[in-house]
Amino acid sequence: MALLMQRTFRDMRENRFLNLVTIATVALSILIVSAFSLFVVNANELLASWRRGVRMLVYLERGLSRNQELAVKRRLLKLPGVTGMQYVSREAALQQLKEEMPGQVALFTGLKENPLPDTFEIRLAPAATGSHAVLVALADRVAGIQGVDDVAYGQEWLGKFANVVNLLKLCGSAMGGLFMLAVVVIVANTVRLTLYARREEIEIMRLVGATDSFIHLPFYIQGMVQGALGGIAGVAILYLAYLYIVGGLGHGIPGTLFTPRFLSPVEYSGIIFGSVLVGWFGCYLSLKQLVRH
Amino acid sequence: MTKRRDAAIQMFNVYKRYGAKGALVDISLAVYPNEFVFLTGPSGAGKTTLLKLLYLGEQASAGQILVDGMNLSRISRRRIPYFRRNLGIIFQDYKLIASRSVYYNIALVLEAAGETQRLIRKKVRYMLRSMDMEKKIDVLPPSLSGGEQQRIAVARAMIGRPKIILADEPTGSLDEASAGVIVGLLKDFHNRGGTVMVATHDSALIRSGSGRIFQLERGRLVSAA
Repeated sequence: MALLMQRTFRDMRENRFLNLVTIATVALSILIVSAFSLFVVNANELLASWRRGVRMLVYLERGLSRNQELAVKRRLLKLPGVTGMQYVSREAALQQLKEEMPGQVALFTGLKENPLPDTFEIRLAPAATGSHAVLVALADRVAGIQGVDDVAYGQEWLGKFANVVNLLKLCGSAMGGLFMLAVVVIVANTVRLTLYARREEIEIMRLVGATDSFIHLPFYIQGMVQGALGGIAGVAILYLAYLYIVGGLGHGIPGTLFTPRFLSPVEYSGIIFGSVLVGWFGCYLSLKQLVRH
Repeated sequence: MTKRRDAAIQMFNVYKRYGAKGALVDISLAVYPNEFVFLTGPSGAGKTTLLKLLYLGEQASAGQILVDGMNLSRISRRRIPYFRRNLGIIFQDYKLIASRSVYYNIALVLEAAGETQRLIRKKVRYMLRSMDMEKKIDVLPPSLSGGEQQRIAVARAMIGRPKIILADEPTGSLDEASAGVIVGLLKDFHNRGGTVMVATHDSALIRSGSGRIFQLERGRLVSAA
């Protein structure tokens, strides 16, 4: 094993420039892939945190009797995903509005009649806010209840944002796949160039009784080391960029309490492991070709 | 029959064709353990091709070859390296790795066979000392003379203690003195019980030995004396 590692690192030292270029290219590819992963992970968490804050407001028709209001409440409570609710009378709503807008008191003094409706503010279970489609379906059912005038859940744009995130996730996966393919090709080419440069040595090794594994193993280790070093460098650069950006943000994304997080150890280990695997695969492709010839 | 079973090298009606051209035609011969034989003939007679068939550098087109009891037509690709470890092969162009030291070139055989570093160091030093080449241990082959390079090639062929040495024009590009050293090394190997087959058209080299001579002409074995 020691001899094998010695042979591998000697080969890498001898082809230093080629190996450094390969590692740098792998690092760049991994940086792009992991940056996309980081964006998607944080976008998902931001989306989830926003969804947790979603309240559905059910505006009641004017002139409902107390019994009719209770009937609406009973029907609302039977709906899946509704965990509780609070009744806000039109008077309370107007009072709350006045308190929230102390500088605009003149606006309210001229009112002959309270324009606000009585409202049920519904609290939703996480399952009900998990996807935009579920939320829309629930809102439709609420709107269909007799006595309900209108439904608002304020953050319809969440659905649009979720769609954008999903699109980016799809693009990210496609780009990630392409970049990983690029890494395979790069490593395969490096190994091919090394094989070409050392074809005489390999022929001699065969003539003196070296097995395929004796000849191939240093190349496999080389490919995996290139993948590992490139992967670690890519993730490290991303981490530095993350620290820089988060440092600039201070206390999270403006207007939210959300602070972007870095990839978890499992996530970045997965990316580095993927890079190692891709390095191995690039090497495998080149050596398979060599054996065939 | 008994003799045939015991032979180190046996060829039965062996053919080697490159397209329509027959490089070797109906070769049958036997070389016995501890023999020192010559394979001779003019350039293009098929000497190198015959040696290549013996170390499985190429496959015969027809016929059967047995080397050290192994039928080469039945040997799997995976077993070829293990088979070659029983052979020492010497080439006219030495086939040394130019970018590696003398030590590495010889040690490679033992490394490939999975020997420990300590044992490899010991054996390589001993071999180089016996050839009076110890001072050249860290030198790169291109900076050695032709004769010295061929001595390294012979050392590499012998370090794994093979049973058979196949030498293709081992003195072809050497002066008389260097050729004498190489012949001496091959004879030493033979005297220690090894089997040697030397392909050469060097009549002086053939005269220096007393072994049987197989003569090839246009791919056919014309005499075995």
